Amino acid sequence: MQSDFKKILSQSIAFWTFRILSLVVMGILFSILGFIFVKGIGVVNWDFITQMPEDGMTKGGIYPAIIGTLCLIAGSMLFAFPIGVMSGIYIFEYTKDSWYRKFVQLMTANLAGVPSIVFGLFGMALFVNKLGFGDSILSGSLTLGLLALPVVIRTTEEALKAIDNSYREASYALGASKLQTIKRVTLPMALPNIITGLILSIGRVSGETAPILFTVAAYFLPKLPTSVFDQVMALPYHLYVISTSGTNIAESRGMAYGTAVILILIVLILNIIANIIRRFLTKKYKTN
Amino acid sequence: MYKIESKNVNLHYGSFHALKGINMAIEKNTVTALIGPSGCGKSTFLRLFNRMNDLIDGVKIEGSCIIDGKEIYSKSIKIDELRKRVGMVFQKPNPFPKTIFENVAYGLRVNGITHKNYIEERVEICLKQAALWDEVKDKLKKSAMALSGGQQQRLCIARALAIEPSVLLMDEPASALDPISTAKIEELIYQLKELYTIIIVTHNMQQAGRVSDSTAFFYLGELVEFDTTKKIFTNPTDVRTQNYITGRFG
Repeated sequence: MQSDFKKILSQSIAFWTFRILSLVVMGILFSILGFIFVKGIGVVNWDFITQMPEDGMTKGGIYPAIIGTLCLIAGSMLFAFPIGVMSGIYIFEYTKDSWYRKFVQLMTANLAGVPSIVFGLFGMALFVNKLGFGDSILSGSLTLGLLALPVVIRTTEEALKAIDNSYREASYALGASKLQTIKRVTLPMALPNIITGLILSIGRVSGETAPILFTVAAYFLPKLPTSVFDQVMALPYHLYVISTSGTNIAESRGMAYGTAVILILIVLILNIIANIIRRFLTKKYKTN
Repeated sequence: MYKIESKNVNLHYGSFHALKGINMAIEKNTVTALIGPSGCGKSTFLRLFNRMNDLIDGVKIEGSCIIDGKEIYSKSIKIDELRKRVGMVFQKPNPFPKTIFENVAYGLRVNGITHKNYIEERVEICLKQAALWDEVKDKLKKSAMALSGGQQQRLCIARALAIEPSVLLMDEPASALDPISTAKIEELIYQLKELYTIIIVTHNMQQAGRVSDSTAFFYLGELVEFDTTKKIFTNPTDVRTQNYITGRFG
């Protein structure tokens, strides 16, 4: 009787601890979102997202920064996605389970742990100066792409690992080569999960400031880029600028929150789109 | 001439001696059942004949495996070509997440066949051979994943038949299926032996008794006894075979 009571008590204490802690985590997320939205939603309107900044960035919109961030997301994905997926395929499908694979995996993990400012410095040294791309969308996208690579590689590996080996064997047993098997069976099956990795890396890339600081971001540039060698404004950097080193920080406070709202919305919308694509791919073969 | 022969085959996974000096000769157009407790080497033995064991790290194979008089482990054999002649059906139904049609056409496509009419013809023939045609002829463009487990397994058999093999390896093809689907697969095996030489691994003693002409009993990597199914099940020579058949271990 006594021990039964103790058992039930300790169980409910543990259960409630876990439940409260998870509620705290959700609470933190919602407070951040709520705080930003309450403070920022007031300035968000059609002009805000379609007009150039004016009056020392205290008025007008953030149109060029939105376009800049979208360019950088697209550019970095264009770079990180194929390279990351191919590396992931190589690591999982081509290297044997040996010290070499472990070494490559360790290095990928280390790459993920490199501080983003270091990526920024590296990008400036290599892309901006050495390769002569200058401060440009190209340099910024490549730098952000490097940052996104580990996530894409890792999720590709995991997605391939999740596929039952008997599908590969069935393909080989029909005389298919390894490449044919990857192209026709394993990669299409892994794609929905790989897209999850893409979602995660878009979230990371779109919010980074340090890697674009020395490679692409412009302080104030009220026009749209015309080529990949142009500089652009970008939302996270714009947010930083008008919060810390603008012409009138107090005046542009509302703009800063508005910028944060737009940044969050962009990430949210891209996540939703990627999720729809993922569901479509998963469902495509399961039904009809 | 025997269709399939193994001569003194030894196989090691690292330091584990999985097959110990196996000698076996299999006649054309027969069904051979491989039985024995889990881990006895019967699946490993089956996978010798389409060189599936090659995919596993640290496997070492000695001895001789011969199909149609040719050594299949010789350097001059192309593995892709071998696998076209030796089809395989796996334990779990594993159709690709493609349409029913594309599943059967897969083997043709990866082997470079593009002729549309020929592919359509082969798909129909193989689905008929696998006794699935009537159930799926109106939904060839639908996903194979929507089929039942038993239908999926027959689809996998059709898929294996598409590239016109002469040998069919089946690794416990009915172990994941319900009794009615199992009966269909067994019926199918019986019909297919007119055209193919079949080796089937099974855990189900009654199944071995029903479908096979010869039975091989494996135990701890050894081929204990290989004889006609009738002899193995009524009057086995080795006491271990007798104990296994009568359910004293396994």
